[in-house]
Amino acid sequence: MDFELMLKVYPFFLEAAWITIVLSVLTAILGLICGTLGAFARLSRFAVLRFLGAAYVSVFRGTPALIQLFILYFGGPQIGIQLDAFEAGVIGLGINAGAYMTETIRGAVISIDKGQREAARTLGLSQWQAMYKVILPQAARLMVRPLGVNLNMLIKATALVAAISVVELTYTAQRYIGSTYKPFEMFLLAGILYMIIIYVTGRGVAWLDRKVQIT
Amino acid sequence: MTDGKSFVEIRHAQKSFGKLEVLKDISLSVDRGQIVGIIGSSGSGKSTLLRAINDLDPLTGGEVWLDGVRVNQTLPHRAYEKHINQMRQQVGMVFQHFNLFPHMTARENVSMAPIMLKGISKDEANALAEAQLDHVGMLERIDYYPSQLSGGQKQRVAIARALAMQPKLMLFDEATSALDPELVEEVNQVMRKLAEQHMTMIIVTHEMDFAASVCDRVLFMDQGVVVEEGPPEILFKTPSQPRTREFLRKHLESAK
Amino acid sequence: MGLDFTVIPKYFDIILLGCAYTIGITVAAAILSFFGGIVFAVIALYAPWIIRQPFRMVAWMFMGTPLLLQLFLIYFGLVQVGIDLPAVVAGIIGLGLHFAVYNSELIQTAILSVDKGQMEAARTLGLSRSEALRKVVIPQAVRAVIPPISNNMIALLKDSALVSVIGVSELTLSAQRAIGATYRPFEFYLLAAAFYYVINLGMEWVQRRIERRISISR
Repeated sequence: MDFELMLKVYPFFLEAAWITIVLSVLTAILGLICGTLGAFARLSRFAVLRFLGAAYVSVFRGTPALIQLFILYFGGPQIGIQLDAFEAGVIGLGINAGAYMTETIRGAVISIDKGQREAARTLGLSQWQAMYKVILPQAARLMVRPLGVNLNMLIKATALVAAISVVELTYTAQRYIGSTYKPFEMFLLAGILYMIIIYVTGRGVAWLDRKVQIT
Repeated sequence: MTDGKSFVEIRHAQKSFGKLEVLKDISLSVDRGQIVGIIGSSGSGKSTLLRAINDLDPLTGGEVWLDGVRVNQTLPHRAYEKHINQMRQQVGMVFQHFNLFPHMTARENVSMAPIMLKGISKDEANALAEAQLDHVGMLERIDYYPSQLSGGQKQRVAIARALAMQPKLMLFDEATSALDPELVEEVNQVMRKLAEQHMTMIIVTHEMDFAASVCDRVLFMDQGVVVEEGPPEILFKTPSQPRTREFLRKHLESAK
Repeated sequence: MGLDFTVIPKYFDIILLGCAYTIGITVAAAILSFFGGIVFAVIALYAPWIIRQPFRMVAWMFMGTPLLLQLFLIYFGLVQVGIDLPAVVAGIIGLGLHFAVYNSELIQTAILSVDKGQMEAARTLGLSRSEALRKVVIPQAVRAVIPPISNNMIALLKDSALVSVIGVSELTLSAQRAIGATYRPFEFYLLAAAFYYVINLGMEWVQRRIERRISISR
């Protein structure tokens, strides 16, 4: 184990870890937006929207995220979408994560007892009022934990942007493996940083989960 | 406007799920201040009939009128929504499983709909919640969450929630069926109090004694039809139909 | 630049071959991950402390880091210690081990839930501890986790695209080759996505059939 080398290169890994964090945060935000829209589409009373929502989930969960990223980044210019690697990474991974989050959010909403909606509607609340006043506050509490799982997967999935040369943790590890021929050391450095990011987010999710539970 | 209709008027109500016919041509009228009980075994269609009154289970045929206004109108989606929300604000409903909102305290459960739909101020809403919860004897639990209440207490809060909208009509769908026996009476008491105040009520129940003591009229339903109806002292003591007698006899046996 | 799908037929054979590779790699890695998962679960639960604890650490590390990073480690790491495996073997090992760790978590939970009564019953019949594990506990545990494990195998198909990065000529890399010759990334990546999607649908169909059979046999 070459500790001297590890000490020498770790500032670069720290910088890369910051990129991974920024990437994860932006991707998570976009994923949540896509997931919410997707879930509403899947729960819509319009068949067209339901179909589009289901197709979104099926296609984006049914094909590799890497290919989705490549289509956007390399194929985008052919249909007039010019993005730099980082932008393509956020958008590609965000839309992909959104497909998984769609199912999480929809699952939480439909798991709320139908008596809740009925009670709200018999009081005279509209569909929308029943949704945001009665169903969503309850569903939101159920979503925290499974969305945390989605977030954990999403953080690891940000490594894919190494394949389009975004200088994040995995790309940095790959580059230093190539130049130093010390795969274990480089893996360990990147691995520890990933574990810290994932551990801290996991604790954050657990805290939020406790916080939102009904007393 | 009312063209001779009663306060609540159901005409030729018909409802099927696929091939299964749950309600077969039922007509019923209820006057203002009247209390009508509906009894019958499970699957007789009694809950479906009750839920049709505020269009929670829309009929496949027939008409429902409330105070001279047709409830189950066929309208474009938006217009229907507006209409039905208006109608439902006038009809309180109490469910077997309470359906209290678990993320809200008793106070919030009661005041939420008046705040949202009647635009009353926070102070007015608080006063309203206190008055309604006091009415059902739940004032000291006003800031409790449903999970901290017993079944009977939950149901009393649910009744207060429905009353807070000042409904013209109250529907009770087996309000005491899910309760432990010792908790039934506290809910029955609240319902009796409402009866004394001449609230118009339609009560689906399996408690014959309670129905006999509060109802002006009782309907016995079986397989989607009203087999027999009349004042409780006649329907329970000297039923004319064999099916009614059979039902009451079985019920009496199982109660033992 | 626009789109031009007429270039596809010329490279269709390459893509199909890539497809065959992808299916082969997925099946091989799935088998490895299945049996690896059982072995890992037994080690994590029953091995002596001195083996069990470091093993759990490594497993934990594998679950907390990206698969792509692990593929780099395995591919380059093996070379460093003098084992020069073909990329495809390294890819299968990397994918297989990665998913074996996830499967192992599922199997461990299942073993613990079966263990209590069944292990005692088997031991009273005179079976040794390892016999009881092999003959009674593990078969039941594995049956219970087939639905979630089959989900992992479908996820494995999609993650198999990552081995293109270490140079395995599967579907994604085949598409890249065709793109190298035609400069038509959109068309070929879309084609590759379509193939993945179809294989994915096929796997989901098999999954539903297996699940139906299990639900009958219980």
